[in-house]
Amino acid sequence: MDLLECYRLMWRIRLFEEKVDQFFGDGTLRGTSHLCVGQEATAVGACAALRPTDYVTSTHRGHGHFLAKGGDPRRLMAELFGKATGYSRGRGGSQHMACYALGFLGSNGITGGGIPIATGAALAIQRRRQSHVVLCFFGDGAANQGVFHEALNLAAVWKLPVIYLCENNLYAMSTPVRATFAIPRIAARAAAYGMPGHTVDGNDLQAVRDAVAEAASRARDGGGPTLLECQTYRLVGHSKSDRRVYRTREEEEEWRARDPILRLGNALLAAGELTEAQAAQIREEEAREIEEAVAFARQSPVLPAEAALEGVYA
Amino acid sequence: MSNQDVSGSGGASDRFRELYFTEALREALAEEMERDPEVFLLGEDMGVYGGCFGVTRGLLEQFGPERVRDTPISEAGVVGLAVGAAILGARPVVEVMFMDFITLAMDQIANHAAKFRYMYGEQARVPLVIRCPAGAGRAYGATHSQTLEAWFLHVPGLKVVAPATAADAKGLLKSAIRDDNPVIFLENKVLYQSREWIPDGEFTIPLGRARRVCEGGDVTIVAYSRMAREAEKAASILAEEGIGAEVIDLRSLVPLDIDAVVASVTKTGRVVLVEEGTRTGGVCAELGMRLFEEAWDSLDAPIQRVTAPDIPIPFAPELEAAVIPTAADIAAAARALAES
Ligand SMILES: Cc1ncc(C[n+]2csc(CCOP(=O)(O)OP(=O)(O)O)c2C)c(N)n1
Ligand SMILES: [Mg+2]
Repeated sequence: MDLLECYRLMWRIRLFEEKVDQFFGDGTLRGTSHLCVGQEATAVGACAALRPTDYVTSTHRGHGHFLAKGGDPRRLMAELFGKATGYSRGRGGSQHMACYALGFLGSNGITGGGIPIATGAALAIQRRRQSHVVLCFFGDGAANQGVFHEALNLAAVWKLPVIYLCENNLYAMSTPVRATFAIPRIAARAAAYGMPGHTVDGNDLQAVRDAVAEAASRARDGGGPTLLECQTYRLVGHSKSDRRVYRTREEEEEWRARDPILRLGNALLAAGELTEAQAAQIREEEAREIEEAVAFARQSPVLPAEAALEGVYA
Repeated sequence: MSNQDVSGSGGASDRFRELYFTEALREALAEEMERDPEVFLLGEDMGVYGGCFGVTRGLLEQFGPERVRDTPISEAGVVGLAVGAAILGARPVVEVMFMDFITLAMDQIANHAAKFRYMYGEQARVPLVIRCPAGAGRAYGATHSQTLEAWFLHVPGLKVVAPATAADAKGLLKSAIRDDNPVIFLENKVLYQSREWIPDGEFTIPLGRARRVCEGGDVTIVAYSRMAREAEKAASILAEEGIGAEVIDLRSLVPLDIDAVVASVTKTGRVVLVEEGTRTGGVCAELGMRLFEEAWDSLDAPIQRVTAPDIPIPFAPELEAAVIPTAADIAAAARALAES
């Protein structure tokens, strides 16, 4: 995927999330949602380094991962509206969306739940001698679940084709990483399992893309897993009810200045690969795309109550 | 069985205050921490954030970070650690942010906390409380909406408590903290927002004593937690139709006040059992069998139950609403029984 496509995709994610935020604020949508505003470069950079046949597992903060893997904003939005046309037929909601056809194996309401799942998907790939890889997104908080240890050890011992991508956004809900890690770099844990580990600027799209591309090619060659720590920041609250009492507005401003979309945009402008007019056009087109997604979601039929009883068993 | 909202050992005054369910829980925690320095809190985002549902708000300021401990997201480790602290005499109260996540700590609960007392020849005490925000109704989806108390009934050594009112929440939580056994304490998330009159001052409510919510001679409705509130509403609906429903709020499932249920069924001859959780292998399955064993002679009609169907909780708000039992569902079951 070229950089202009990445730029467009980051805008799609940003505008999607802002629309969702608006809908939770005005009561259009019920439940809760975790937005990835500020973290678009990790989602898009990582997926840009993958092939369409590769797989991704995601987290509770998964809209961006899904859109980056090729998810249709209309069907994501329909899922948030609880409609039959949503990716999970309205049964999943914000935290439980999947599209197996796109290789998106699911966002996940259980923190850390996707880590062993990604590892098992990599085992299935290895058993079939396929050349796909699995990219496993998870947060800094998830890295302290027991399954992190169990899964990374297994993947290293069995040389599974999986890339563990930790989005270290400095907080797990309200809890800062300094209160939950006695080491400065999560990537340093890779050494304990016998796999390569790198810390990457997660707001630098190209850096993320390069790091994932390298890890993916090693995984495809039978070289086993990699742990990547992408340092980033969510510019919004953890969820809709978060008053952000655990961090300062100054800190947020510092990170706002490192906005990944702004950064890639400026780099492209400086390199002459993008003009202001083109940038504005991309934003407008993506805004229209999101409006279409909303219209699609609204027009989709509400599910009949009996639909709840279907689909428990295969 | 007690007829009042509040009973038991404490010196409850006859003055009342209006409190949210969350505030009642917070008072119980604060009072027990004041009373016993061994009581301390463990959980995710309990300190500055005040807990996901605000139950522990302000307690960090009052008791400091050693007694209101934010943990990493490590449910298995944290619950196991609490068990280890408990056997040396600490009295940890763990908050599992959503009851759904207690699954991650199941080994520490079922193979360790529940068994130590018996398995090590009665040397150990495990005075541990695990607080579990539970239940559906907020469109949080399948991994954030379950009410899993039935699983814990099946593990000897655990107690299971599930208050329906703010006063019970306070009195039962205080008793749970003072209990020398591991207690799974359910807090239905929908109840958090309910505001009720509760007695001033210190009081406790003993585990294992049901509450008669209202009297009636035609049919007994047995429920607990949020469903006791739905049952109460059902009784009002039925009363307008001239059907007398007696509602029993179990308050705790282990220990179970089966005598209270049998006494009521002996009077009415008809019983509807209610739970928010799924049907197969649920709490009602156990209750129904107990009544079959202990009240067979008194039953004039088959035992009925109102539960969620055997499905994960769907996200779509309309679907979620359709599968969680309501007062209308309970009233319909009770009406059919009363007319049978
Ligand atoms: C097993 C489990 N424990 C706790 C939670 C509640 N929870 C949801 S997201 C979250 C924070 C996750 O932090 P992190 O992994 O850093 O991801 P981020 O939210 O920062 O993207 C918590 C505690 C959960 N969903 N699942
Ligand atoms: Mg985080």
